[in-house]
Amino acid sequence: MSQISVTINGEHIQAEEGMTILEAARGAGIFIPTLCHHEQLESYGSCRLCVVEIGTGERKKVVASCLYHISEGLVVETETEKINGFRRTILNLLMHRWDNIPAILLEKYGAKSNERFIDNMTYCILCGLCVRFCHEVKGANVLGFIGRGTIRQVVIFPNQSAKYCASSCPDEMECLHYCPTGVISSQYYGSRPADGQALPHAAPVCINEDLNILEVLERVGHV
Amino acid sequence: MSYSLAKVDQIIDGYGADKEALIQILLDIQHEFRWLSRETLMHTADRLGLPMNQLYNVTTFYKHFSLVPQGRHAVSVCVGTACHVRGATRLLDRVAQGLKLSPDETSADEKFSLKTVSCLGCCALGPVMVFDGKYMSNPTSNEIAEIVEECE
Repeated sequence: MSQISVTINGEHIQAEEGMTILEAARGAGIFIPTLCHHEQLESYGSCRLCVVEIGTGERKKVVASCLYHISEGLVVETETEKINGFRRTILNLLMHRWDNIPAILLEKYGAKSNERFIDNMTYCILCGLCVRFCHEVKGANVLGFIGRGTIRQVVIFPNQSAKYCASSCPDEMECLHYCPTGVISSQYYGSRPADGQALPHAAPVCINEDLNILEVLERVGHV
Repeated sequence: MSYSLAKVDQIIDGYGADKEALIQILLDIQHEFRWLSRETLMHTADRLGLPMNQLYNVTTFYKHFSLVPQGRHAVSVCVGTACHVRGATRLLDRVAQGLKLSPDETSADEKFSLKTVSCLGCCALGPVMVFDGKYMSNPTSNEIAEIVEECE
């Protein structure tokens, strides 16, 4: 891999070709906040906190730094007013799903809760870290997404879990450690709520022979 | 018979069991049986070498896919903006009354399915109802009743 030079926040940095902006910046000790990024996993670009501005003058544009690959002479700004504004908005929205966002982020970007948005403390920010870990690292596919938009949520497929969980993660659920908000609790793992009991909205739900996916979809308002 | 795995196999083979063609395969299967049963999905997942969670991800993402059996006759009422201002709510009420169904419901004998859709691209005809692919502009209660009578 050949070395190329890029400019991040006015600093000239040598980085390897094929790196993403995020990797190059972190290599040079420049902080870019992320929630859905993990070194072990493919970049996903769902949290959007890592947005940066690239280019100069009128050709400036905003990209997700975890997905954008660097090229020779690329000019990157990670903390412009526009970018910080975007991050503030994202955090404002996240605050209504997760009330325990690292204070350092809230202070840095001046995020405040806004009464326009209704609190929906699901503690799941749909970063997909658990789903991707289960798929990419373990190949078990026990966790998955269903739905779209406001009803999108993470579900556990216990059929799969019976087959794969014990062999993939013999000691414990390793996906737990990937959850930034701690919503995936072992309480609901591989179990199902008793009949008539409402599904805790915050928790991932189970799909197995008894609990048909239709029931689940009904509860999340899909059918 | 609401589905046959032999037919599913035939559809999958038609695409060379290519997992890249997942959505096209699912569309064809749904076209054939009018819905995607759990067994069909599991069979498709096996044949394509895809995990079930991915199939549920795709089938719950697109509104077009149905995980419940659909009626033999599909009735859609547009509730897009243009149709809405031109009286889609009243049309939907009339249709729901005529079919004795509420939106997103299928009759017990699987004769009709009533769905709402958002914009069919023919706003000048609004409010629009589509009956088995036939576009009708603001049908009256009598017209709806006639169609219901004619159907098998």
